[in-house]
Amino acid sequence: MAFDSLRLHLSELPGAVPAWQGQTTAAELPDICHAVKVQGGRLAALWGTDEQDHGQGYVLHLALAKPEGMLWLRSALPADQPHYPDLSPIFYPAHRLQRAARDLLGIDAQAADRRPWLRHAAWQATDLPLRHDADAAAVFEQGGDDYAFTTVVGDGVHEIPVGPVHAGTIEPGHFRFSIVGEKVLRLEEHLGYTHKGVDKRFQGMALAEGVRLAGRVSGDSTVAYAWAYCMALESIAAAAPPARALWLRALMLERERIANHLGDLGYLGNDGGLAFGLAQFMRLKEDVLRMNAGLFGHRYMMDCIVPGGVACEPGREGLEAIGAECDALEREVHLLKDIYDDHPGLQDRFLTCGRLTANTASKLGVIGLAGRASAQAWDLRAQARPAPYDVLDARMKTHKNGDVAARVIMRFDEIFESLRLVRSVIEHIGAGEIAVPLPDIPSGRMGLGWVEGWRGESVVALESGEDGRIRSCHAHDPSWQNWPALAFAVFNNIVPDFPLINKSFNLSYSGCDL
Amino acid sequence: MISWPGLIAQLTEILLAILLAPVLLGWVNQCRAWMQNKSGPGILQPYRTLRKLFAKEAVLAHNASPLFRAMPYALFACMCLAAAIVPILGTDLPFSPAADAIALVGIFALARVFISLAAMDIGTAFGSLGARREMMVGFLAEPALLMVLFNASLISHSTSLTTIVEHLAHVEFVIYPSLAFAGIAFTMVSLAENARIPVDNPSTHLELTMIHEAMVLEYSGRHLALIEWSAALKLFVYSCIGIALFFPFGIAEGGDAAGLLLALPALAAKLAIGGFVMALIEMISAKMRIFRAPEYLGTAFLLAVLAMLIHLLLGS
Repeated sequence: MAFDSLRLHLSELPGAVPAWQGQTTAAELPDICHAVKVQGGRLAALWGTDEQDHGQGYVLHLALAKPEGMLWLRSALPADQPHYPDLSPIFYPAHRLQRAARDLLGIDAQAADRRPWLRHAAWQATDLPLRHDADAAAVFEQGGDDYAFTTVVGDGVHEIPVGPVHAGTIEPGHFRFSIVGEKVLRLEEHLGYTHKGVDKRFQGMALAEGVRLAGRVSGDSTVAYAWAYCMALESIAAAAPPARALWLRALMLERERIANHLGDLGYLGNDGGLAFGLAQFMRLKEDVLRMNAGLFGHRYMMDCIVPGGVACEPGREGLEAIGAECDALEREVHLLKDIYDDHPGLQDRFLTCGRLTANTASKLGVIGLAGRASAQAWDLRAQARPAPYDVLDARMKTHKNGDVAARVIMRFDEIFESLRLVRSVIEHIGAGEIAVPLPDIPSGRMGLGWVEGWRGESVVALESGEDGRIRSCHAHDPSWQNWPALAFAVFNNIVPDFPLINKSFNLSYSGCDL
Repeated sequence: MISWPGLIAQLTEILLAILLAPVLLGWVNQCRAWMQNKSGPGILQPYRTLRKLFAKEAVLAHNASPLFRAMPYALFACMCLAAAIVPILGTDLPFSPAADAIALVGIFALARVFISLAAMDIGTAFGSLGARREMMVGFLAEPALLMVLFNASLISHSTSLTTIVEHLAHVEFVIYPSLAFAGIAFTMVSLAENARIPVDNPSTHLELTMIHEAMVLEYSGRHLALIEWSAALKLFVYSCIGIALFFPFGIAEGGDAAGLLLALPALAAKLAIGGFVMALIEMISAKMRIFRAPEYLGTAFLLAVLAMLIHLLLGS
């Protein structure tokens, strides 16, 4: 067992991914985290829940990941003084996660950084919207928005504020650059503009309904989130979806990856000034999306994964069409890859631009595609291998340069690998049912969903309540881990290269503002 | 001597430049769209944009100085003046003796000073960012442009544009190697000066990357319309300089109406080809890192100097 050496009393959670759950006190957390880190583990998620309606205080939840599985730690915090030790010196991503938990719930890591993270002017420091007695429909009195950015001083140093409203149609986020000339000395991100109270909204929803909300946490990863949610719910119900449903889920997940990578490659070319690349890759992406719409009823395959299975059956002809499309895509992407590879102007922009060294990436706990481009070997599909990846044999690729070029190559590599996996799915898939009804679910059970989406891992932690409703549900986006990395990748680059570097990460705002 | 036909030809030329400049821009954009397998908005789209902008209210920052307000008009006037001294259809231009090739570069520099000062006027980060990038590109592009013009001057022994064109249009058809080098240098400079790829991206949505667009971010309504129109005019004038220096054949000598009428289709054809080539260059190149611009413009300068050396050493 992956976490044996921690000497905790752990119970194994049933389900598709190897996961364990345990209780601990807040005081023990730093030691446990340290031990996990030493063994090569990392922080996958951190959030809090309010248990005062059960006559207890708060609970701090930690998801710690190792290649072999995930540990879900719960530690109770007293209601009158919900404090716990600062974990950010051990796990860098804890910085923002702890601040977010404090804004929502008032649980405090007592870290040095007292600034809010999610809370902008929309509510006041005394309002804690995730507490059980907070009215979900309440309109809060507006708070102040005087976020104290870290200032850089020196001769000729000045700031450029960018956003939250941008010139393009993208999500809102604020970037504060401290620059001298064109050189970036510091980038500070200020996110949280798309906070919409997803955790609160989950509470009290019917368990079967929750998948629809989970699928909307971050639209470009709807398959990953829906699957993660269903995995958590199926873990609670101790029910396994039929084999064909699992194959179809993997098929959709890989198609989601292909579509997103195609789009990103197009935009990366465009941000390098090569509009040809955008036109060509968007054409290919559009073909994938249209086939999705035809076979699954939705361009991005939203609501196609449901608890107990999948909602749509492409049929034998549909699968054949997908296989044929794979061949065509492979051919065209190879052609375009050659053009990108041989384009001196584009390669000049990509190479050495926005470098995130393996060392920095490891310290920051960077995961997913951006992590693999900086030699961080984390890919759930190749490591914990939840079904059907146990049969599919996904091969993980990593690169060590960590620059924009590496993230571009990663995308090409992953497209080809995903095309191979899709073909393999079509080969392996057998006839049969696509969904089974889930049994009634008792209250107080917990389940974990963990899926490698195109950007990185999506984690969903679910607890069932009375009458088949959700007691609490938390969705974690890989962007939490990777946003801080962007600031490090931009350091010492020039301002005009930022859009390209940003696009090479292509992180979700919605997914971590929640 | 100012003659009536000359005056008419001169006025026709300025009006023509002002009215036709957006078509050239529309044509380049249309070619870009075609090359991307898109249907494109049509070559008349810039006119629609201008109409839309003129109909809109102009919004000014509270701290905008009179300079900020005056800039669009000054810019437009500069470009009209430039159009007046460049032989577009004919060489009988009464305004031409007033300003030669060096003055032309000066007019572009004046426009640049206005637009950069206005960009810094409001005090936004993007304006200043754009202004200093523009200055960097400008101070590298101007010497290269001057060198190109000197090349032509050396051949025709005059810095007056009309004389240069008359001379080049009338010589026996010979290929000047020096002009070939100068032509490449001029193409590179005009891409940089007109905020095109590979130096700037006219269709950019990336606020941190742009040069020209960053400077005019704070403008709206009729002010923005004039700036857009000036940009189209600048592209038109640059194209006409290129045509006048390197492909003057077909231009009307003197100011007779028949010659001017015949020169018009020749000009249209040359502009269409030039616009297509520009779109093609933009389509196959990526935008450079901004600090590659000095190398790029340095190369242009070097080519222009080489052209001059070739002329002086080989006399061709």
